[in-house]
Amino acid sequence: MFSKTRKLQYSLAINEAFHQMMEADSKVFLIGQGVKSPWYVGNTAKGLLERFGQERIIDTPVSENAITGAAVGAAIAGMRPVVVHPRMDFMLYALDPIINQAANWYYMNGGNASVPVVIWGIVNRGGEQAAQHSQSLHAMFAHFPGLKVVMPATPYDAKGLMVSAIKDDNPVVFIDDRWLYNFEDEVPEDLYSVPIGQGIVRREGKDVTVVAISYMVQEAMKAASFLENESISVEVVDPRTIKPLDLELIFRSVKKTGRAIVADGGWKTCGVAAELSASIAEQIFLFLKAPLKRITLPDVPAPASRVLEEAYYPNHNHIIDAVHTVMGINNKI
Amino acid sequence: MTLGKKLQKKTLIQLYQTMIRIRYCEESLVDPIVKGEIRCPVHLCTGQEAVAAGVGTALEKNDYIFGNHRSHGHYLAKGGSMRELIAEVYGKETGCSKGRGGSMHLIAPYVGMLGSAPIVAGTIPLAVGAALASSIRKDNRVTVSFFGDGATGEGVLCESLNFAALKKLPLIFACENNFYSTHMPIQDIRVSDEIFKIALPFGVKSFRINGNDVLQVYDCARKAIELCRRGEGPVFIEFLTYRLRGHVGADDVVQGLHTDIRPKDEVKKWHKKDPIKKMERFLLGEKIILPEEFHKIKEETVTEVAEAHMFSKGSILPRKEELNKYVFKN
Repeated sequence: MFSKTRKLQYSLAINEAFHQMMEADSKVFLIGQGVKSPWYVGNTAKGLLERFGQERIIDTPVSENAITGAAVGAAIAGMRPVVVHPRMDFMLYALDPIINQAANWYYMNGGNASVPVVIWGIVNRGGEQAAQHSQSLHAMFAHFPGLKVVMPATPYDAKGLMVSAIKDDNPVVFIDDRWLYNFEDEVPEDLYSVPIGQGIVRREGKDVTVVAISYMVQEAMKAASFLENESISVEVVDPRTIKPLDLELIFRSVKKTGRAIVADGGWKTCGVAAELSASIAEQIFLFLKAPLKRITLPDVPAPASRVLEEAYYPNHNHIIDAVHTVMGINNKI
Repeated sequence: MTLGKKLQKKTLIQLYQTMIRIRYCEESLVDPIVKGEIRCPVHLCTGQEAVAAGVGTALEKNDYIFGNHRSHGHYLAKGGSMRELIAEVYGKETGCSKGRGGSMHLIAPYVGMLGSAPIVAGTIPLAVGAALASSIRKDNRVTVSFFGDGATGEGVLCESLNFAALKKLPLIFACENNFYSTHMPIQDIRVSDEIFKIALPFGVKSFRINGNDVLQVYDCARKAIELCRRGEGPVFIEFLTYRLRGHVGADDVVQGLHTDIRPKDEVKKWHKKDPIKKMERFLLGEKIILPEEFHKIKEETVTEVAEAHMFSKGSILPRKEELNKYVFKN
C-alpha cells in the first residue's frame, strides 16, 4: 500500500506527522510550553521551528488555561491548532477550555461552529517523579461528550492518529506515554492516517482476550509471548482510541475466546478498564466462561521511591497472573 | 458631546438605532419571562446598550467578537439576526443555536460573532486564540472580548493579558464594569474598583470611559481598533455602566423580591444616566435628527421586534429524536 517504510521511533513518528501536516495545511500550528525544548517534548518537535518559524511553532509562558483556550479559540476562528501539555498533570489547569468550551461548543451552538483542535497530553511517569508528574488522566477526558480521545501504542499509530486528530473537525485529546517514545517500528514515509475509533488485533489467539491500552499493549505482547510457552493462546486487542471505543472489535474477540482481561495504565475506579468491563458485562455477558479481570493502577497517588514505584505500575507479570486466573490455573508466580 | 459633532449623521443614527433595537428586544422579553413562557436563564443588558452599540458599530463585519452570559446586545450590535435570537431564547429549532444553547449561547459566525458562554472569563482566552489566528494569517481582523467586572476575579484574565501583550495581538479586552458581580457589589470583590489598572503591569494600553455615553464608547473603540490594526495591540477598555435590570430574569429590583439587592436610590440615579436618553438629548439638541425621524426609528424597531416574536411563535421546538445531533461534527 505504501511505497516505502523504514524503522522510526515513536517520538519521531509524531514529529513526522507534524512536518507533513504543517506542510500540507497552513492552518495547522503547534503551541504550548516547551515546543522549543527537547527537554519537554522529547524530539517530537525536532526541526519544526527551523522549518515553520515561530509564528507557527509557539512556545509559551506557563499559562495552561489561557494557552489551551487560545488554541480552542483559534480553532473556532478557522485554524487547526495542536496544543501540547508536556506533562498532562498540568492540563488540569486547562479543564475549562477543554471541557466547558471545546467539548460543548459544537453542540451548544447547534452545529454552527466546530472546534478542530488537538489537545496533546503527554504521560511522563516513572523516575521517582511522584504524584504530580506521573498521572494518566485519559479516563477523565473520555467521560465528556464531545471529546474524542486517542492513545496510540505504536509508532505507526502515533503518526497515523496524530494526522487523523489534526484532520478531525472535532476536539481530539491525543495522549501518549513517554515510556513508548523509544520504541521503533516500520512507519511509512508517506502521509497516511489511522481512523479514529478503529481498534486493531495486535496478536491473534483463541484462549484469552487481553484488551490493552497505550503502553500496556507492549506489556500485553510480552505476556502473550511468554504464555505461548505454556500453550496458552492470547489475543491482544488494542482499541487505539478510547473514545469512541471500537466495541464491535472487542466483542468479536471476547465472544471468540470467552475470557477477557482489560489492561490500562490508569486508576481502577471509574477508569477505562471499568468502562470496558461494564460494556462487556452488559452486552456479551453470556459469552464469558470466567469473570473478567482488570489490570490497572491501584487507587493510590503515584509514589516517588523506586521500591514503591515498582509495586505501583502493572507490567506483563500482572497480565500473566490474570491470564492464569481466568484460565483457572493456580500457579501464581 | 463634541465627539458627536465630528461624526456623520449616518453613523450617529446607526449608534442610536442599535441601542434602540437592543433595548426594545430586551424589554420585549420581560413579560414572557415573568409569565414563565421563557424558561432559560436570561441576563438582560438593559442600560448597557451603549457599550455593545459603540463597539459593534466601530468594528468591521469580518472582525470577531466573543461574548458572555449577558450578550444579547453584543450579538445584535455585531449584526446577529434578531429573530434567531428570540427563537433561541424560546428554545426553538430556528434559534441561532437551534435551541441547544439558549440565551447564554448566542452565535452568528456570518458576522464574526463567534460565540458566548456563561463560564465567567471562559471566553477571554478563546478571543486571544481568535486574535492569534488573525496574527498568524495576517488577515487584519480585530477581536473583541466582552466580559464583566466579575471576570476580573478569574486568573485566566491575567494569563490572557500577558500572552496577548507578549504576542502583540489585535485584541480588545472590553470590560463592562456595571459595579455588580451577580449579587456582589464591586467593593465586596475588589480592593480597588479601578479595573483598567490591572492591564497596565502587563504593558497593555488601558482606558477607562463612560460606558453610558455611546459617542465616547464609539470613539474609544475606534482608537483601540486602529491601534490593533497597526500591530500596537492589545488594548484594554473599562466601560463604566450599569444594568437597569437584575442579574438574571426580568428584574430583581422593581419586583421587590428577596433578590432585590440594590439601593433604590442608586438605581434611580442610573436611570437618569440612561444611555439612550443621553443620546436622544444630544441628537435633538443638536438638531441632527428631527422628532419624526425618532418616531420612525422607534416604529420600525417595534415592528421588527414583533415580527421576531411572531417568527419564534411560528417555529417548531427541536425534535426529541435529534437529542444526539451535534455532539460531533461528521
